[in-house]
Amino acid sequence: MIESFINERVKGIKPSGIRRFFDIAAQMEDVISLGVGEPDFTTPWHVREEAIYALEKGRTTYTSNSGLFELRQEISRYLEERYQIKYRPQDQILVTVGASEAIDLAIRAVIQPGDEVLIPEPSYVSYSPCVILAGGVPVPIPTSEKTEFRITGEDLASCITERTRVVVLPYPNNPTGAIMERHNLEDIAQVLREHNILIVSDEIYSELTYGTKHVSIASIEGMYERTLVINGFSKSFAMTGWRLGYVAGHPALIAALTKIHQFTIMCAPTVSQYAAVEALRNGLESVTKMHEEYDLRRRFLVHGFRKMGLECFEPKGAFYVFPSIKGLGMSSEEFCDRLLREERVAVVPGNAFGDSGEGYIRCSYAYSLKNLEAALERIGRFVKKVRKEKNLE
Amino acid sequence: MHQKILEILEKDSRISVEQLAVMLGASEEEVAAEIKKMEANRTILGYHTMIDWEKTKRELVTALIEVKVTPQRGIGFDKIAERIYQFPEVTAVYLMSGGFDLTVVVEGKSMKDVALFVSQRLAPMESVLSCATHFVLKKYKEHGFVYGPEEKDQRAAIWL
Repeated sequence: MIESFINERVKGIKPSGIRRFFDIAAQMEDVISLGVGEPDFTTPWHVREEAIYALEKGRTTYTSNSGLFELRQEISRYLEERYQIKYRPQDQILVTVGASEAIDLAIRAVIQPGDEVLIPEPSYVSYSPCVILAGGVPVPIPTSEKTEFRITGEDLASCITERTRVVVLPYPNNPTGAIMERHNLEDIAQVLREHNILIVSDEIYSELTYGTKHVSIASIEGMYERTLVINGFSKSFAMTGWRLGYVAGHPALIAALTKIHQFTIMCAPTVSQYAAVEALRNGLESVTKMHEEYDLRRRFLVHGFRKMGLECFEPKGAFYVFPSIKGLGMSSEEFCDRLLREERVAVVPGNAFGDSGEGYIRCSYAYSLKNLEAALERIGRFVKKVRKEKNLE
Repeated sequence: MHQKILEILEKDSRISVEQLAVMLGASEEEVAAEIKKMEANRTILGYHTMIDWEKTKRELVTALIEVKVTPQRGIGFDKIAERIYQFPEVTAVYLMSGGFDLTVVVEGKSMKDVALFVSQRLAPMESVLSCATHFVLKKYKEHGFVYGPEEKDQRAAIWL
């Protein structure tokens, strides 16, 4: 009866497949987790102190809908210095409640019922629900280890129809750790030039690439006008709980997004905005430090999985490794379920991020080395046991 | 590479050569050779364990002593610093700018122990003009390590 109040679009969103892992893991003691998608570092102290100062000064009112002008100026400077993309702080940048809000706004502002949105998979879980809520149709672009989980121009072209309106570009990628390098972006840009398709580029992990610098698709010729660049403070500055992100793009698009934002959100949290100004002005050194630490752990974890005989491609971005468990004769979910029950290690089944993630597990290295070491030991023991059980040795 | 090795070892000197090599993307031989070299040229002076002695039965008092001295012709403060740091009770000696010359860190079993060291050993030295002893009441942080229980991971076990 009550259920009849819930609208069809909401009903159309499948509940997250790994909800039950949450529940099992939450009840267990002594779980070693590699399951979390947020930094283990705390926000740099100077940033936290700036927030305390803002509170002391009584900066507790709304800011402008678009966000503090000071912050937009810093974002503008940062995007230009870091990624060579220029946005005016006046009308091309909107400060949002995390990159999550920016994704929702971007989709809602442009999607008409029935419009198709291309989403490379495996990828972060929020794109599809946002599309469904907006009345659009999510269309996955499956990727595989063969292309190191990047999309190619060919992949893209084969998924485009007349109804295609948006392509989401989730790189560096959660859960695979894949990145798109300049030549990969050139490749898909060539296809996009022939179509009228908007790019929603989720670059929240842009500071976390290894061995090569992040390239924004907005910096590729002809792509600037049609790209909404989404980024934020959560991953790079270890500021997940502050809920602060932003979106930059063409003034007409930003105005459209701002319209939704001003009526639904008003403005991003004020104290967080002051903290973010400090983060962008003086926090890049901490970003580098954290990046270096992630890089060490990344090599350690990849090596660990390979040593136990699991195939593991070398991720060049974010803070995840995505080893394959295909040789073990069980599904990702079964693997994760058993690993949790038998060895008390929490990792996330790859298929939680789309069907093409089946056969993989997502392991985060946003953990101390000590924690990674202990987890590897337990996973290694489990893999050995499974091989023995199934006569795979 | 040696810079990276040092940064890692400074935080955890018990890390294995194998693990260091993996994390730095180098071979074990390279890393081992690099460490050996740095030990030989005294870039790496030694390996040290951080201990919270408060958790043990051992009594330990630490004092920071501000020392004013007369520098000696030709050798400045080095000679007097050396005469001071040779005492096993002395765990650190720094030459300072400002109102006094040397900071001397002394450890002893009791305040009396330390006071006796100052009055009988340190103060009577020829070039020592004055000593001001400050006892450490509580240690919060040392060498980048915070005393007390480890911060618990507040994050949920699984989060996408």
